[in-house]
Amino acid sequence: MGLRKLALLGAAIVSAGMIAATTAPNDAWAQNEQFIPGLVYRTGAYAPNGIPFADGVADYIALLNARDGGINGVKITFEECETGYATDRGVECYERLKGKGPTGASYFSPLSTGITFALTEKAPGDKIPLITMGYGRADSRDGAVFEWNFPLLGTYWTAANVAVQHIAKEMGGFDKLKGKKIALLYHDSPYGKEPIAALEVMSKKYGFEFLPIPVPAPGSEQKSQWLQIRQQKPDYVLLWGWGVMNSAAVTEAGNVNYPRDKMIGVWWSGAEPDVVPAGEKGAGYKALMLQHPAGKSAVYADLEKFVIAPGKSLAKPDEIGSVLYNRGLINSMLGTESIRTAMAKFGNKPMTGEQVRWGIEHLDLTAERIKQLGFEGMIGPIKVSCADHEGTRLSRVHQWDGKKWNVISDWYTADDAVIAPLVKDTASKYATEKKITPRDCSKES
Amino acid sequence: MFYREAGQYKASYESDQAIFPIAQDRIAMLALLLIAFIAVPLLASEYVYRAVLIPVVILSLAAIGLNVLMGYCGQVSLGSGAFMGVGAYAAYNLAIRLPFLNPFVCVLLGGFVSAAVGIAFGVPSLRIKGFYLACATLAAQFFADWAFLRIKWITNDTPSGSVNAPPLQLFGFDLSSPTANYLVSLVFTVVLALAAKNIVRGHVGRQWMAIRDMDIAAEIIGVRPMYAKLTAFAVSSFLIGVAGALWAFVYLGSWEPAAFSIDRSFQLMFMVIIGGLGSILGSVLGAAFIVLLPIFLNQALPPFGALFDWKISTATVSNFESMIFGALIVFFLVVEPNGLARLWSVAKEKLRLWPFPH
Repeated sequence: MGLRKLALLGAAIVSAGMIAATTAPNDAWAQNEQFIPGLVYRTGAYAPNGIPFADGVADYIALLNARDGGINGVKITFEECETGYATDRGVECYERLKGKGPTGASYFSPLSTGITFALTEKAPGDKIPLITMGYGRADSRDGAVFEWNFPLLGTYWTAANVAVQHIAKEMGGFDKLKGKKIALLYHDSPYGKEPIAALEVMSKKYGFEFLPIPVPAPGSEQKSQWLQIRQQKPDYVLLWGWGVMNSAAVTEAGNVNYPRDKMIGVWWSGAEPDVVPAGEKGAGYKALMLQHPAGKSAVYADLEKFVIAPGKSLAKPDEIGSVLYNRGLINSMLGTESIRTAMAKFGNKPMTGEQVRWGIEHLDLTAERIKQLGFEGMIGPIKVSCADHEGTRLSRVHQWDGKKWNVISDWYTADDAVIAPLVKDTASKYATEKKITPRDCSKES
Repeated sequence: MFYREAGQYKASYESDQAIFPIAQDRIAMLALLLIAFIAVPLLASEYVYRAVLIPVVILSLAAIGLNVLMGYCGQVSLGSGAFMGVGAYAAYNLAIRLPFLNPFVCVLLGGFVSAAVGIAFGVPSLRIKGFYLACATLAAQFFADWAFLRIKWITNDTPSGSVNAPPLQLFGFDLSSPTANYLVSLVFTVVLALAAKNIVRGHVGRQWMAIRDMDIAAEIIGVRPMYAKLTAFAVSSFLIGVAGALWAFVYLGSWEPAAFSIDRSFQLMFMVIIGGLGSILGSVLGAAFIVLLPIFLNQALPPFGALFDWKISTATVSNFESMIFGALIVFFLVVEPNGLARLWSVAKEKLRLWPFPH
């Protein structure tokens, strides 16, 4: 057989296979199962941060299945799909997974601002909520306009506000901010640009000079940006990076000898993979916390017993207890607790996306319930409502000492006087552009 | 046996110069169109629409656009992602600034804006050729990336730089369902592909091919290089721009400049090279190959691994996908450097003789 014939044959087989694979009917589903999809990235420039998060997400679901047999007797099925942080692959994964399980996907957590923007357009039509914990559109906390988006635990505007509060505290008061210079070193994508609007407002309010410095994605090359920082000598540098950009920024800061303790990263720039590659140079670097620290809370006892010891965990030993692994656990916890909330109203059976959405909107985790779940010290109480899809606006700051993260601040609450007008403004702009009539939250129950 | 033209006499110039001079080809094409317009909407699931058909259809149009420039006129371009972006952002700006315009009118107008930008960036092609022209079009890519990121007016001052398409409607009908999305993209692609096919068969296309094959000889026999090259840039950018606007409005719905980055340019270039330079059919085959193969590999590997009791992790699947995809591209190019379109014509030659090859 000649090579050309082989190629012809190959092309025929591949095209037949493609048709078969893409048109194959869905498998039959067991009736008493709740399907949770996982959009992950275990490869590419953002994999160092994507892997521990994905492992945490999967391990908490494995724990619920092994310990409790799911949620209220409904077993959870879970499937991952690799997005590589690329928007078009993320959309493909979403389409692939959204119809699985007897009631379809419960919710999506894409862990990418770009994919979140794309799915924001699709979720209302498919009636599947998006849980974008600590990321996504900052204005999507306005549940009247963004019915299906839930940026739980904090938005980028909350983060920007808390970062400025912390700087003011270190300097000795908001009046000391006047005339100071704060730079924002950001990933040049929707993710990195989100905080700019809030920082511009605050720079006017408090009188500091705001200096945005973009870094082209993926951000491994930052020499010229740090040259600019050296010339401009900002008093503080806020770091809004992800993946390889974070460790590159911390390393470059060390190279140009910018004081690491004058750098504050967002909560996506404050985990072990961001500072460990920088070695000694990372010591002193600070970052916001999406409330939770590194380390092990009470839930780890069960996790060890039901998931890690039997070898069901996806995580490598050094990931367990790390910042992003914890965040993955919390993401799954908030999602599954929302499903539980929905079940309390609709009955103990698999929930549809619409019912889960109701559950997230009525999620109310008290300090007591959080303790019961084994997450004490990880997050503060959270109460979601139609008007507030963020649920809470708390954050803390932690600092890397070269070996581990230490919490160095008290809880900050973001100043809603700064953020709320911005949210209202951009959300209503979105509503006009998309011709959405906002819900009346006073009439929602 | 079935594919034989014996007995089909051509008695007029029209029948001799038809796009498909052989009756069987006409029937096959008609059948294909019937399948695409009628059978597919009856059968396809939402996943097939959103993940397979719509991207293939829209990117086919973009690949046809690039093929006009690279395959027919011989001008290498690395800026096709930028021209898609120009089409998308132009359509977006028209839609929000002139809200009375229908989104699909904006899509077409976006194509015209892209054509104008294409002509501007095509001017250097009058003096520079080959790899040097590739560098010049690369400048278009970088300029467009910069403009979409930095000029806030283009993105209507959104805080994140990400913009949203307007709701898709036509004469009061809501066209947001996957079937409607697919049909709309298909209509655009089929109509514009037919137009492109006729342009490349006509005097303009012949001028392009003359320039491609030897520009000095073409100039001596009276082809105006400026006219030929700039029309190629204009037509190509128009098609790519319309594809970009459709990609943004129909497929993505919300997008950021990264959707039209240099990666998109390379992807389109691979489609054209793998599909076959200088072939409209090749552009479609190339688009299908580049879009579908990774998805196919990604879905086929876990069941394949399960046959050998091997549970492949998500990361391994993704790594294998890249490796096999790369290896297959190299294999196809070694075996058939003229692309999938050439494979198809070889198959047709064989079919003509089948079942008696000698």
